[in-house]
Amino acid sequence: MRKLKPGIILFIILFVLWIILAGTDRDELIIAGVSSLVISLLFASKAKALGNIHLSPKAICCAFMYLFVFLRELVKSTIDVAGRVLSPRLPINPGIVKVHTRLKSPLGRLILANSITLTPGTMTVETQGEYFYIHWIDIQTDDIETTTKAIVSIFEEYLEVIFG
Amino acid sequence: MQLIGAVISLLGAIIIFIGALGAFRMPDVYNRMQTGTKATTLGSMLAFLGVGIAVPGWIGKIVLLVLFIIITNPISSHALARAAHYSGIKLTEKSVRDNLEEDYPDEVDND
Repeated sequence: MRKLKPGIILFIILFVLWIILAGTDRDELIIAGVSSLVISLLFASKAKALGNIHLSPKAICCAFMYLFVFLRELVKSTIDVAGRVLSPRLPINPGIVKVHTRLKSPLGRLILANSITLTPGTMTVETQGEYFYIHWIDIQTDDIETTTKAIVSIFEEYLEVIFG
Repeated sequence: MQLIGAVISLLGAIIIFIGALGAFRMPDVYNRMQTGTKATTLGSMLAFLGVGIAVPGWIGKIVLLVLFIIITNPISSHALARAAHYSGIKLTEKSVRDNLEEDYPDEVDND
């Protein structure tokens, strides 16, 4: 089961992609099934990173919560940065800060770094192991712990359940 | 339906406009990237969503497009910022500090 898991997840992703792009005719379903099966069999051994995803009900629940939190942060920080751009004094306080992450799996770290980059105001410049270097448009503190709390922890608590 | 879609698309366009304005007003390359590349995330998401609401048959492909933007956009802006930092582009004088420079001073070639 442990070995099959990356292949199964890859198959589901490819199958759903094909269905969305091509529609749900009978022929399309057959082609989608066969081609995603072949690709996932060929590349299952290379897609080990997908095996780290937990598929328990709690993890799936957290995935939806994560999506919700992410969209909320996206809207909130976009409004915040738009306010800074439009105000005449240009109140920015930029710099590159170092934060620490608890996530172990590479896919989890990738998604965390991408979420940080996607929310305006913060941008991942470099990753070194468990430390991220983040360009922040409005630095408030000097301390790694507080910075980590402000930027990373919102996303991290959900991703930790999904990726472990 | 048409009207709601149009309003949402307009909202997206306004956000992209603010992003472009930010690219003019910000002092250095990193701050420009903050507004210039990432206002497009929410901006184009809203613009696509508006089209999807106006033409409900396309919503599946629209969701797919938004997903691709969400996956590719941060990677490209991360690569740009990293390349800018390692090729020695300085942060603006307003900047408070630079932990990356402190930890890896040798990898940055200042000329």
